[in-house]
Amino acid sequence: MHSVWVITKRELAAYFSTPLAYVFIVIFLGLSGALTFFMGAFFERGQADLQSFFSFHPWLYLFLIPAVAMRLWAEERKSGTNELLLTLPVPTWAAVIGKFLAAWAFIAIALILTFPLWITVNWLGEPDNGVILAAYIGSLIMAGGYLAIGSCVSAATKNQVIAFIVAAVVSFLFLMSGVELVQSFFQGWAPLFVTEAIKSMSFLTHFNDIIRGVIDLRDVVFFGSVIGVFLYVNAAIVDLTRGS
Amino acid sequence: MSEQAPMIVLENLTKRFGPFTAVDGISLNVSKGEVLGFLGPNGAGKSTTMRMVTGFLPITSGAAGVCGFDVANQPQEARRRVGYLPEGAPLYGDMATRNFLGFIAEARGFTGADKTDRVDHAVKRLALESVVNQPIDTLSKGYKRRVGLAQAILHDPDVMILDEPTDGLDPNQKHQVRELIQEMAAEKAIIISTHILEEVTAVCSRATIIARGRIVFDGTPDELQSKAPHHNAVAVRLANADGTAIRDALAGLPDVERVEQPDGASTLMVIPRNGASIVEQVGGLVRDRGAEVDELYVERGHLDDVFRQLTLSE
Repeated sequence: MHSVWVITKRELAAYFSTPLAYVFIVIFLGLSGALTFFMGAFFERGQADLQSFFSFHPWLYLFLIPAVAMRLWAEERKSGTNELLLTLPVPTWAAVIGKFLAAWAFIAIALILTFPLWITVNWLGEPDNGVILAAYIGSLIMAGGYLAIGSCVSAATKNQVIAFIVAAVVSFLFLMSGVELVQSFFQGWAPLFVTEAIKSMSFLTHFNDIIRGVIDLRDVVFFGSVIGVFLYVNAAIVDLTRGS
Repeated sequence: MSEQAPMIVLENLTKRFGPFTAVDGISLNVSKGEVLGFLGPNGAGKSTTMRMVTGFLPITSGAAGVCGFDVANQPQEARRRVGYLPEGAPLYGDMATRNFLGFIAEARGFTGADKTDRVDHAVKRLALESVVNQPIDTLSKGYKRRVGLAQAILHDPDVMILDEPTDGLDPNQKHQVRELIQEMAAEKAIIISTHILEEVTAVCSRATIIARGRIVFDGTPDELQSKAPHHNAVAVRLANADGTAIRDALAGLPDVERVEQPDGASTLMVIPRNGASIVEQVGGLVRDRGAEVDELYVERGHLDDVFRQLTLSE
């Protein structure tokens, strides 16, 4: 566990040593605010909740999280520092988890910085803060799912741009699998269990449960499994691509 | 483990990348106090071998052991005992020198005062005091290499694997790095790879040449030098142009194989039989004849020639 913590600390510091962290946080706050108020019709809805804020998170994460994840492994391979990292007495899994946790903590920081919205909604009305807390936690868990995909893809290439694009596409497939557009494509011919299986892989479906304020164990298990599977593959890729 | 047991053991170490065999059955032992110079042309398998010993690359077949720990089966134990400078000394450029060394110290399990001591010691040893707070990206090449060496010696490892530690450094920096290696040599088993041949005579107690993934020479630097075509030849430059008589006399000496006259008249190159030492005989003969000698020296032989001969043959 010590080595996971050491890696996490270094990676988190690495985010803040470049402008990336600040650019990301500013864009995340700016976009999430703009979407909430303009597209989400925060005021017009006349409801004291943050639905219009959270409902855009799956879309925001679609391209912002691959941007956070793309450097995790691709940069190490490009600069050759993976040779340094992977010859330290640190197991591969510890490095994978350490990096993942650092990026996750970074996203958590960005998410926490949206607190003015929470203050606003509490000032304007009397929202159910339990629902809001659940949605924040759910959003962070979903971010972990995107991040695991991004980290895994990042390990497979030396090129951060490729890592970004591929991670965004893979995330998009996971996001969209529950949407009517995709579902109707299968519903005509595929058996019900197939359409249901595809639907059950959808980030959107699972997240929509969560933002209603219900943290269902099944949703947590779903995102947990996505994280687990992708990080497992991530570690395997790191070991397979040593020296190449 | 007894004092005499070798600290680095390679047994039939082999690495294949698809159909290509990069390292082809290398067996080596390196003991404490030895500095092994690993020589070979580019692509001969030097870095691949080192990467297997340090646990970066998986081993295709054969085995590598460090201080009695098998690199494949006890990777963490083995890595704990190795200080490794990868080729080109990759470093986290966005970190300041001190933070970077602190990270390496923590990853190697040092915390608190212990960590600070280790970092301070390494900084002092490599004379990095003036750059401890500078981001590594802003350092000169020589400093970067020294930071790379600092992270390799930080935990005072029994085994050091240094891949081209002096590559790209200026002569003064090379000298510093060699001095450091020599200072550490007595307490450790060290492998350095290089393609600078003078480095072998400067720092190594043993030279191993590999070509196409196989060992083609393993011995002391002196033995390596003795394989040079002109090893122990004596060059004589005579003041008066007519050296024909002396030349014939020299050729008649018992230990002399032949006499060459490379650049026309004045210099005679006396080649000994089987690398014998003939300088006294040659000197005596020239003195007896009363010839005026401008210059007389023993040729050590060029390592470059041996290197070419060993790595291009077959």
